[in-house]
Amino acid sequence: MMRRLCAGVAGLLLCAPPAFAQAKARATTPEIPFDSVSFVNKMPAGLYMGEAIGVATNSKGNVFVITRSGESKVFEFDRNGNFVKEFGRGSYGYGFAHAVRVDKDDNVWSVDEGSNLVLKYAPDGKLLMVLGKRPDAIDQLNRMQGTAPYSGANRPYSFHRPTDVTWDPQGNIFVSDGYTDSRIVKYDKNGRFIKSMGTRGNGLNQFSTPHGISADAQGNIYVADRGNSRVVVLDNDLNWKTTYEDVGAPWGICISQSTPQYLYSTASSGTNMEVENAAVTGEIYKMQLDGKVLGRFGKAGKAIKEFASTHTIDCRNPNEIYVAEINAWRVQKATLRPTSSSSQE
Amino acid sequence: MKRILQLLTATVLGVCTLSAQSAPEIKYEAAADVLTLPAYGEVAGVATNSRGHVFVYARTGHPVATLGDERTFYHGNARLFEFDPSGKFVKEIGQGTYGFDFAQQVRIDPEDNIWAVDAGSNVLTKFAPDGRLLMVIGRKPEAIAVRPGPGMPARLIDDKSATAPPTGGGGGGEGGGAGRGAPGAGTKSELFSRPTDVAFDRAGNVYIADGMGTNNRIAVFNRDGNWVRGWGQTGSGQGQFDKIRGMVADAAGNLYVADSGNNRIQVFDSQGAFKSEITGIGTPQALCITASSPQYLYSSNSNDPESMDNGEIYKLQLDGKVVGRFGKAGRVPGEFGMVNSLDCRAENTVWVGEVWNWRAQKVSLKR
Repeated sequence: MMRRLCAGVAGLLLCAPPAFAQAKARATTPEIPFDSVSFVNKMPAGLYMGEAIGVATNSKGNVFVITRSGESKVFEFDRNGNFVKEFGRGSYGYGFAHAVRVDKDDNVWSVDEGSNLVLKYAPDGKLLMVLGKRPDAIDQLNRMQGTAPYSGANRPYSFHRPTDVTWDPQGNIFVSDGYTDSRIVKYDKNGRFIKSMGTRGNGLNQFSTPHGISADAQGNIYVADRGNSRVVVLDNDLNWKTTYEDVGAPWGICISQSTPQYLYSTASSGTNMEVENAAVTGEIYKMQLDGKVLGRFGKAGKAIKEFASTHTIDCRNPNEIYVAEINAWRVQKATLRPTSSSSQE
Repeated sequence: MKRILQLLTATVLGVCTLSAQSAPEIKYEAAADVLTLPAYGEVAGVATNSRGHVFVYARTGHPVATLGDERTFYHGNARLFEFDPSGKFVKEIGQGTYGFDFAQQVRIDPEDNIWAVDAGSNVLTKFAPDGRLLMVIGRKPEAIAVRPGPGMPARLIDDKSATAPPTGGGGGGEGGGAGRGAPGAGTKSELFSRPTDVAFDRAGNVYIADGMGTNNRIAVFNRDGNWVRGWGQTGSGQGQFDKIRGMVADAAGNLYVADSGNNRIQVFDSQGAFKSEITGIGTPQALCITASSPQYLYSSNSNDPESMDNGEIYKLQLDGKVVGRFGKAGRVPGEFGMVNSLDCRAENTVWVGEVWNWRAQKVSLKR
């Protein structure tokens, strides 16, 4: 990709000067009278011309055009400009078109400078030969730009990889933000910025990937401070109240809408599903809002009743937990059957 | 010159090599026209199911980079097609799936489920015959990571977030031990590095060849997709690998591993105990094993992208004895360009998937 970009830039630099050079013969050569029509003006519905890059005719007078469209394409028209067909639709061979040519047997050849490929098609559109090899995308990946650093930008109206949102009973909006900022932002119900708190770290008023957020009926805010393996509780003005540190690294947290309310927190396994890690993670905890742990369910894994990197949970009903798993590409609905000793009701 | 060198090398390597080089030519016919791909592209994988349907996992469409918040996401460079036994297109499977980035291989398990192996996403996806997604093993790197930008990536600073998801180069820049376990062995996890192939045993365990990147190991998962065991690391000794390109299992559960960088096939029992090695067949890449009795093994000595040397496919007994060879590298029908996949359910019908020539040929061997 990068390479292609550079090639493009270099091409511009090389091509630009001659394009603007005035011909020496311009002033001394007589003009030849001529007429012209726009040839390609009858595209079928849903097909569009892009930059016209190459044009060629075959022995029957049909016209072939290669174009840089959303995706490069090769079109065939009859001599009157009626669309006939497309060559190699959706093919691997069109990265950035450059030329189309027709050989003596009326085979159609496309030249593509994006995929580094020369393709030969029979007149009926069948692919006859591939010359060259498109660079493997996986070998290009390492040339791509790097990932986002921690910003600490703390801007009122923009985020850096935000992670979650919740609301208090008044409708105020709280956003956990996120991977590359490290803060909680509060807005009123109309989206007007009120305040924010938090920087990256493991101290007071700091977070290391605030990954989930949930509010209770009193408007207190519970933050899944994943990287610090703690749940941080803030009051409605984002002042620190308390911290719960007994339930692993919380990826998803959730507060039920029951009375009393319960807090659920996932001690998710890592996304590699590494055996040593998975053996000691994966369960989901049920807590009172004051942090007292009432019980747990599940473990890391991919079978049913196992959780493969839980990312988010829903617990509107405290005994009906929906679990979204990263590694298994699925959602499970877990129905809890609390015993009298664990339900505390 | 290359040829001569090769012959010299062959002589040095000894009897086994000589027997392979002088193996009888098997006459064959190749049909390059059976399948017409709905979208042309490199045929990385070809496989048949028990009803003779043919599956092609192709590198086609375009590798697309989505621009995010200073991160780049990569998707969409692979499609999976099904054809009926006559070659008529039946359907596409897994359109737009998250794990379809760089087609590497497709295999059919004993229950006719379809497994797509993707070396770009490091993900294996399992589909039911009707196309439903059944299981996924492995996780795709979230973004294309790589050159550290002006600042350090957040998660490098944040060393406490040990459970944070990895950013990984799809290019396989990770998983290589990193202080845990043997070098180039990977961790006991589904963090793969350019996986290349998959095989199955009777108990439903899944064996994954991992792979061409920085892991050189076989990883085994149970039918739920949970880790069972693994073996192998980077190297050239017994049980060590240098770029695993293919793998098949025989009816007894033994595994044949195309250890391409070491120019050999290593044979293990299902527990990972080394049994033997097969050499003298060039650089083994694509493998297949017949369902016949006795079983036979086919192994391609595929040409590399910058030459038309080699390209022949060997037929072997399971004990490693070469029965014969057929084909050579090239572009016209009947020749093989960068073979990446073989399927040989029946002993004398071999499907050959080619990277160079964007096609799967159906080869009929003559007795």
